Amino acid sequence: MIDVQNIYKTFWVPDEVRALVDVSTKIEAGEVVIVCGPSGSGKSTYLRCLNRLEKADSGHIFIDGIDVLDPKTNINKVRAEVGMVFQSFNLFPHKTVFDNVALAQKVVRKRSKAEAREKTDFLLKKVGIHDKSNAHPDNLSGGQQQRVAIARALAMDPKVMLFDEPTSALDPEMIGEVLDVMKNLAKEGMTMVCVSHEMGFAREVADRVIFMDEGAIVEVGSPEHFFKNPTHERTKLFLSQIL
Amino acid sequence: MGKSENKQPTLRPANYNLWVGVFCVIILIVAGAFYYATQKISYVWRWNRVPIYFAYKDDIHITSEIDGDVESITPGDKESIITIKGLSESESYNAPADSVDVEEGDMIFIGDTLASYQEWKPGLLIIGLWITLQISVIATILGVIIGIIGGLARISSNPALRWTTIIYVEIVRGSPLMVQILIWYFVLGTVINEILAAYGLGRLPAFWYGVASLAFFAGAYVTEIVRGGIQSIHRGQTEAARSLGMSYGQSMLHIILPQALRRILPPLAGQFISLIKDSSLLGMIAIRELTKAAREAVTVSLQPFEVFFLTAALYLVLTFTLSMLVQRLEKRMTIQ
Repeated sequence: MIDVQNIYKTFWVPDEVRALVDVSTKIEAGEVVIVCGPSGSGKSTYLRCLNRLEKADSGHIFIDGIDVLDPKTNINKVRAEVGMVFQSFNLFPHKTVFDNVALAQKVVRKRSKAEAREKTDFLLKKVGIHDKSNAHPDNLSGGQQQRVAIARALAMDPKVMLFDEPTSALDPEMIGEVLDVMKNLAKEGMTMVCVSHEMGFAREVADRVIFMDEGAIVEVGSPEHFFKNPTHERTKLFLSQIL
Repeated sequence: MGKSENKQPTLRPANYNLWVGVFCVIILIVAGAFYYATQKISYVWRWNRVPIYFAYKDDIHITSEIDGDVESITPGDKESIITIKGLSESESYNAPADSVDVEEGDMIFIGDTLASYQEWKPGLLIIGLWITLQISVIATILGVIIGIIGGLARISSNPALRWTTIIYVEIVRGSPLMVQILIWYFVLGTVINEILAAYGLGRLPAFWYGVASLAFFAGAYVTEIVRGGIQSIHRGQTEAARSLGMSYGQSMLHIILPQALRRILPPLAGQFISLIKDSSLLGMIAIRELTKAAREAVTVSLQPFEVFFLTAALYLVLTFTLSMLVQRLEKRMTIQ
């Protein structure tokens, strides 16, 4: 489903920061992959490279066989197949919850009003905010906003969902409601790549955990392996700090 | 959303009424001082001469164009038809029912009055106000369009677009509007009219060169305002829109511009208030806008202060109305 081959990414801010160094991963359809690592380890950059929100300097990224980095690729088509959820929700504040979810369906997927309405209602029920349909995002709690953001991404019927620290900006009591939605998605067989420090969530639903540090993948393994017998010193250090 | 209008009691500072009183005193003192000053200058105030520049009763005479006799007067509900029969020709005239001065059988010579009545006509200042209003509205709409296109070009990664816009903004913003008006009318205008003539089309009236100069002048400022507005919208908004598969244009149209425009309404209002006042320079190219009309009225009446005070008041009516409209728009956009 996702095939990343030797990607590099360097930022100049203004000094050289090597965000990704020779990163390669393969993610199969239906897999749930958690990416973790200390701050500045390149995990968000890695995720954002997948749908070309950041453009990798070199290497190859294939999503469903399509070369994401090829300039001839219609990136908008690729992105419509790849849902993304952001740390800071990024809902559209001038639109209602309903319109947040319905807009791209009409504009990108060219669905009729009725189709979009049906899909939107279905998804808002699914994430449990159907009663806030006509509210504006500012009137919602963080947890509610993030659930709307998930519904908005799902509305495009994506083949892959990318989560960029979806619970980091939430108050502790709201993390659970968002994770529940994500767990259900995982159970339904959605392919998910999730940058997260929620180790409980990782244990429960992840097929694999990727640990990154200083722009490189340090260790990959099943959750059991990862939490019980990490092989690398840096992984051990990281786990000791967050657990 | 819904009826969540919790009326908060407005917080009133101590001695609220006292300070309201102080405010009224300030206003009264300023107005009084101003009135005193106007009385001190050696000038005879004749406000009674001014109303005719707003509206006046015009005497209208319908006169015969041929010699002959009044053959018939056909009364109607509102208008009567007077038919004059000459030796070889006959003519009909329509006149308001009560205004007919002749009777059937009367002998008529060329130039004789058949009917006379009075009609209200708009005065000089009202005609000028109407032209100023037309120019301002059209130039404002064009200015917004130019500004949005300019703002988008200004942040484009294409150097041709970006640098062209920067040069446009810097030149137009940095040079006097008066010079620009002259260039539009006498330089560009000559060329454009020659081109139009080559295609057998008529000349473009000065009005449109005035509109163009104001629109491009305001457009330069609006370009910068729009650019600032777009850049003030958080990057995450673009990223969210693009991550859903929207194109650059779609994300601008549906996500970024609606939010940016809401944010830039107050500076835009200021810009277009300036535009209304700047239109007073268009008298230079013989457009009879409000200020030009006022100067004509002064030439005739020799009452400069009354006429110009009223002209200022008329500008104030326009600008204040615009302020109010924008304020309402702002409210409508925030309370959804």
